[in-house]
Amino acid sequence: MPDTPLIRTQDAATPTSGWHSLVSDWSSDRHAFKDVSWGKAMMWIFLLSDTFIFGCFLLSYMTVRMSTTTPWPNPSEVFALEIAGTNMPLILIAIMTFVLITSSGTMAMAVNAGYRRNRRAAALLMLVTALFGAAFVGMQAFEWSKLIHEGVRPWENPWGAAQFGSTFFMITGFHGTHVTIGVIFLLIVARKVWRGDFDSGRKGFFTSRKGRYEIVEITGLYWHFVDLVWVFIFAFFYLW
Amino acid sequence: MSEIVPGADHPIPHDHADDVELYHPHSWITKYVFSQDAKVIGIQYSLTAMAIGLVALVLSWLMRLQLGFPSTFSFIDPPSYYQFITMHGMIMVVYLLTALFLGGFGNYLIPLMVGARDMVFPYANMLSYWIYLLAVLVLVASFFAPGGPTGAGWTLYPPQAILSGTPGGQGWGIILMLVSLALFIIGFTMGGLNYVVTVLQARTRGMTLMRMPLTVWGIFTATVMALLAFPALFVGAVMMLFDRLLGTSFFMPALVEMGQQLRYGGGSPILFQHLFWFFGHPEVYIVALPAFGIVSDLISTHARRNIFGYRMMVWAIVGIGALSFIVWAHHMYVSGMHPWFGFFFATTTLIIAVPTAIKVYNWLLTLWRGDIHLTVPMLFTLAFIVTFLNGGLTGLFLGNVVVDVPLSDTMFVVAHFHMVMGVAPIMVIFGGIYHWYPKVTGRMMNDAMGKIHFWVTFLGAYLIFFPMHYLGLLGVPRRYHEIGPTSFVPDSAETLNAFISVVALVVGAAQMLFLFNLAWSLRRGREAGPNPWNATTLEWQTPQTPPGHGNWGKETPPVYRWAYAYGVPGAARDFIPQNEPPATAAGDGGSG
Ligand code: HEM
Ligand SMILES: [Cu+2]
Repeated sequence: MPDTPLIRTQDAATPTSGWHSLVSDWSSDRHAFKDVSWGKAMMWIFLLSDTFIFGCFLLSYMTVRMSTTTPWPNPSEVFALEIAGTNMPLILIAIMTFVLITSSGTMAMAVNAGYRRNRRAAALLMLVTALFGAAFVGMQAFEWSKLIHEGVRPWENPWGAAQFGSTFFMITGFHGTHVTIGVIFLLIVARKVWRGDFDSGRKGFFTSRKGRYEIVEITGLYWHFVDLVWVFIFAFFYLW
Repeated sequence: MSEIVPGADHPIPHDHADDVELYHPHSWITKYVFSQDAKVIGIQYSLTAMAIGLVALVLSWLMRLQLGFPSTFSFIDPPSYYQFITMHGMIMVVYLLTALFLGGFGNYLIPLMVGARDMVFPYANMLSYWIYLLAVLVLVASFFAPGGPTGAGWTLYPPQAILSGTPGGQGWGIILMLVSLALFIIGFTMGGLNYVVTVLQARTRGMTLMRMPLTVWGIFTATVMALLAFPALFVGAVMMLFDRLLGTSFFMPALVEMGQQLRYGGGSPILFQHLFWFFGHPEVYIVALPAFGIVSDLISTHARRNIFGYRMMVWAIVGIGALSFIVWAHHMYVSGMHPWFGFFFATTTLIIAVPTAIKVYNWLLTLWRGDIHLTVPMLFTLAFIVTFLNGGLTGLFLGNVVVDVPLSDTMFVVAHFHMVMGVAPIMVIFGGIYHWYPKVTGRMMNDAMGKIHFWVTFLGAYLIFFPMHYLGLLGVPRRYHEIGPTSFVPDSAETLNAFISVVALVVGAAQMLFLFNLAWSLRRGREAGPNPWNATTLEWQTPQTPPGHGNWGKETPPVYRWAYAYGVPGAARDFIPQNEPPATAAGDGGSG
């Protein structure tokens, strides 16, 4: 073994099929993911990590829902609104979900406009997205205050298992924080787009680096993720 | 192997891709304090980690004093003993080892070894360090808070962790601990994303993944694992904070304390154990994988041999990383889980032994007929291999349910995890510091002091932890302030305990010699030159030593081969740096 030559030229071309080609693509020169910028790669990996956070939250919710000895309040009654004399279960949540999903649509349009260097449209669409996001957070605040009025606290509630309030406030609060951060980012990036920072090469205040229109797409990735997470929260918390 | 070392004769194109926009510091403060340079951040991380590690070391002395000479030191009462244990364990695992390997070695070595100019997002990287520092300060603050630090054990199991019977449980201790952990995780994430993306997307020309030094592979995989494992701890910490501060009952069942029914009820303490160990077990490998990687490189360099089975080593690292996410409940055999789960987790645990054993064999085969230089880094490396092997073998005992149940919570467990994740990684940290110190400072560390440090630490560690296996088999429990007379522990165990404590003090003193050596060599050490170990990897080929801002000259170095071209037949020297063009390295390339 010690006498085998250690360096060989690669005479046969790189394998072209199957696992080997996958591995050699990934492990090739410089970039594992071709044409993926650093920022985008970083956002994807962050989102993967964040997925684990939300996953742990949701699994913990399911666990305490099973471990608690008192009955779980019925979500369709708890999350119902009295509108014009009729009791409508889950109406607010339906609206919130609709708003958030719509905002994903405007976000996607903003990304498109950004890449077409249509500054005005991109900035406006981001603004609209941010408004939808703010509306979502606003409705969530409304829902929180309604429940608090009815006596729901993290440690107790009038209808049953205390864990209902604990998990509700914790998980929707954590998600709402994500939305709020997203709104702030959207506003910052929209301002930069509007001002033309990415055309003029103006440097970031903190990072002293030039930005690119890609940041719109990266913000969008985050936004869609927050939206997707909501779908799971909606399904597991409100529909179960 | 032809795929590992492709195209030695392929011309490497010039670098046309856009280069990193580096932040150029203008003042002393932005250069050395709020620095965005990964090298400075790495040093900051390392020094902070060592400083807080020193606290953990002093705590271990205090614990040993108590265990060796019970009822002698009145200031070590049972509550403070628990506080010492907890802080010692948590600091060592999280704030010392994780921070030093990933934040310290990772920051310093990754950009240099893959031929990048810096981490991809230096600003976030800088924040990472400052949040880490904040986490450390919050942790230290708990020593001074009313009621002192938490004494819940480093596993922080509820419900006891937040009840009044546990030191710090109803005071500030547990709160500060949880906040500090959450901060640590946030700070780490900012750095960790940087390390991963730098490895994936910012390598220099010619640096394929399969040409990366194993050090980078180890740190990279560990970072990915940390990004996926820390979320569980984060969630656990947040929920426990709510239990403690808001009175929620995530982890708290109905409880009677001092004859009083508490307001808690319906929560699941086992849930916390799952969350904790979903983080806790990968954590073991988060400190082990960087150690594996560094050891591979040190062995290869100091034995002048190419690493045996590079490709296998990479897959073993990745495989261990993946497997370690499905073994966590082997820490919970005594929690009353279903026997089938025990069966599952015991099986997965034993399967991990396979890739791990492959690594050990490969290290040995690398050493086989190598030209072994017994330098200080090499000594520490060899010490790692035996120690890790030892800890790994006792791990096989504990991985089996029937053997674990009687041994659980005895000194046997303490001996096991100190061997495998205490002593072994610390050996690598020392070896790594002796190895890279010349690059960081331009001077060699003093060899005589290094050798004394090594022998005292190595032999001492065995004298401390080997007898603990025996104590554990006798049934001496872990986490006991004082066991007093029992029917099963003979009096001689007390003599043994006193002996262990004396050795522990001596080993601790030897670490002072190491710190002195670090400081002394900074000025008085022998000039090292750019590549004192004749190593192949890129960090030794920098235009300046210590490397300057931006690491490289006008262009990042092109890479022509893997990191282990030692003793290549026909080559002019016994090593060929990764960036040496084939034409100048005679004997290279042609030998097909
Ligand atoms: C000079 C070196 C060291 C000595 C003398 C030492 C000593 C001790 C002692 C006496 C205990 C408590 C045993 C008990 O009563 O249960 C302990 C616990 C522990 N040590 Fe160390 N230790 C050393 C280094 C380390 C290192 C490097 C690590 C890093 C992983 C570490 C991690 C831990 C952990 C995790 C615990 C368990 C804490 C708990 O039970 O909550 N120790 N150590
Ligand atoms: Cu484990």
